[in-house]
Amino acid sequence: MGFSSRRPALAIAAAVGLVLSAAACGTDDSGGKSTADCGAYEQYEGHDGTSVEIYSSIREIEDERLQQSWEEFEECTGIDIEHEGSGEFEAQLPVRVDGGNAPDIAFIPQPGLIQRFAASGKAKPVSADTKTMAEANYTADWLRYGSVDGTLYGAPLGSNVKSFVWYSPTMFAEKGWQVPKSWDELLKLSDTIAADGTKPWCVGIESGDATGWPMTDWVEDMVLRVASPEVYDQWVNHEIAFNDPRIAESLDQAGRILKNEKYVNGGFGGVKSISTTSFQEAGVPITQGKCALHRQASFYANQWPENTKVAEDGDVFAFYFPAVDPSKGEPVLGGGEFVVAFADRPEVQAVQTYLASGLHANSRAKIGDWVSANKELDTANVANPIDRLSVEILQNPQTVFRFDASDVMPASVGAGTFWRGMVDWVNGNDTKGVLDGIESSWPK
Amino acid sequence: MNFDLARESDKLLMLLYGLIAFVVVVGGLILLLEVVPSWLEKRRIARRRPGKRTEGRLALFFLLPALLMVGIGLVVPAVRTTGLSFMDAGSDSWVGLANYHWMFAQDDIRRVLLNTMTWVVLVPLSATVIGLLYAVLVDRARFESIAKSLIFMPMAISFVGASIIWKFVYAFRGEGEEQIGLLNQIVMTFGGEPRQWLLDPPLNTLLLIVIMVWIQAGFAMVILSAAIKAIPGDIVEAARLDGVNAWQMFARVTLPSIRPALIVVVVTISIATLKVFDIVRTSTNGHYDTSVIANEMYLHAFPYGETGKGSALAVFLFVLVIPIVIYQIRNLRQQREG
Repeated sequence: MGFSSRRPALAIAAAVGLVLSAAACGTDDSGGKSTADCGAYEQYEGHDGTSVEIYSSIREIEDERLQQSWEEFEECTGIDIEHEGSGEFEAQLPVRVDGGNAPDIAFIPQPGLIQRFAASGKAKPVSADTKTMAEANYTADWLRYGSVDGTLYGAPLGSNVKSFVWYSPTMFAEKGWQVPKSWDELLKLSDTIAADGTKPWCVGIESGDATGWPMTDWVEDMVLRVASPEVYDQWVNHEIAFNDPRIAESLDQAGRILKNEKYVNGGFGGVKSISTTSFQEAGVPITQGKCALHRQASFYANQWPENTKVAEDGDVFAFYFPAVDPSKGEPVLGGGEFVVAFADRPEVQAVQTYLASGLHANSRAKIGDWVSANKELDTANVANPIDRLSVEILQNPQTVFRFDASDVMPASVGAGTFWRGMVDWVNGNDTKGVLDGIESSWPK
Repeated sequence: MNFDLARESDKLLMLLYGLIAFVVVVGGLILLLEVVPSWLEKRRIARRRPGKRTEGRLALFFLLPALLMVGIGLVVPAVRTTGLSFMDAGSDSWVGLANYHWMFAQDDIRRVLLNTMTWVVLVPLSATVIGLLYAVLVDRARFESIAKSLIFMPMAISFVGASIIWKFVYAFRGEGEEQIGLLNQIVMTFGGEPRQWLLDPPLNTLLLIVIMVWIQAGFAMVILSAAIKAIPGDIVEAARLDGVNAWQMFARVTLPSIRPALIVVVVTISIATLKVFDIVRTSTNGHYDTSVIANEMYLHAFPYGETGKGSALAVFLFVLVIPIVIYQIRNLRQQREG
């Protein structure tokens, strides 16, 4: 019968498959194990055979790199880290936590969300070990965003710097333009470029269900510069109203670029094209010479078309979004995720401590495309020029770091009316009306 | 990535468990349905009593699963949501009517209510009128089935799919670039300027309504066409002998005859429209003043973590649907009696 004669063939095929895959595993393992020096992991040992579940918004290639970064840790300690990345992380995490199905650890990019879990008692404060490690490796500026009422709930992991303006070094060299050092110089440069016949700025804030967020970054950067980091803190914590005159002034200053038909939107049209241009595409006209300046975070490095050289002497690079008055210090806006635990098993705390260590920061940085504010991070391990610049800025003791306000505010504002308000604002609504609207939506 | 049997083995195992569970559950159900009624029957025969009581028990036995499901899936969540709507964001303390007050006091939520109203008025009306006209026009035409499939086809497309298709119709590209949007191309052919259709209220809401009408008109057409075909031939013939013109035939014969079908269509589309979510979320995400209740409900309940406000919106939506459902049930009853 045909059936019985086909069977051995199947079995052979399966066996070959198994052997092949085993061989593939074998090469991987021997590469890791023979070189691994487990001495560095001594303090995390003693949890062999346990597993820790991590949930985050990190997916695809970034997910693979992350898993690679803790491979050695897993081998040496015997703790199995299971990472799951989800595109619906922000909406799903509360559902999982409230439903009693919380992950052991979540990488939470919103301090606002940490506050929510801390208030409900679902998040666990970090262990003494993690706290010591975090305090040694991160500045107080960073740690307070992972803390609620003075209790640390999570150390930072990855970070990004948002106060960047992308430009083309080759275009600047050709035209003889200089990287501006102050807000006034930036406006002057914009005028020069506009006079040259190109719209200087390209902006895009469309981002699916998060449409509007790039514009909130703009405004936050302006509040830090036009007002001050202190006013920024009060604004974030709602100690001053959202529609405070100093915030209105900052928004109006941003409007000098964003609502100026002469300045925007290079390669896409007029001011109204901003809200429908996707943030991924928004900077690309720089490579086509259709615009010259694009304010966006360090992670925009991954959005350039293939074969675009991102370097100080390359096709594109970024400069620090200049301060209004550089003599008062240089504020930096940024973001990052925090390693928050929902369980206090010792292996979970060991992973938490490890992720706050320089050991992990350097291991992850070596794999590429990563920035962290970890002080132990050796810039020599950061290959990408824009990442290195970001790390240098974050590690600079002069830097006044502030976390992305929209991630700290309550989600109904930070991920709701603030985003929406900015879309309305750029589409022609006036500053006062928009700010009044957001203020009235602040949860009481 | 290579397919790695060893790595995937736990998934395959999961699949196997699933299959076994399926067989056990289905087999168990069949067994239960076989055993229980026959056991009750045996008991009835053994006790030699007339079967009224056991019949009641049998009915209860068959109703129980449905009641359980409706209870778990509908009644309990509805009661809980109503409770939550009187609580604060974290569902920790009672806040009375604050969430409902917020709903009507907040400018942008009032806008949302207004938008939903626009949807509920326009969609059932336009979809039914278009479906009815189409059904009457193609009735007994030469290519009736082809013509009907053409307008029915959008029904088979999901709301998200339809929204993406229409996003291309409304698409806009920057000045100097080639327009890829059908609507802008048409406008340009007549010498107009291309524009961003989904940006300006209230036009954008109307354009989104077009998507819903596009999907629902097919549904209306099919039901109404079937109803028209079911009009008894003798009535039509009698009317013809009396010398009616086309309009009189439509208004005095067709329309009254298909009234029950018409009500079903309007009610069904109205309820679907009240719940509209996918189209708005896919096309504009509720930006540019296009949001509707269901979208706002999702945003508040999940991403914003404002459970109280989200629940209040859900309850409000529920309250809006109730009169329509009651009307529908009353109609059905009247028909059955009459």
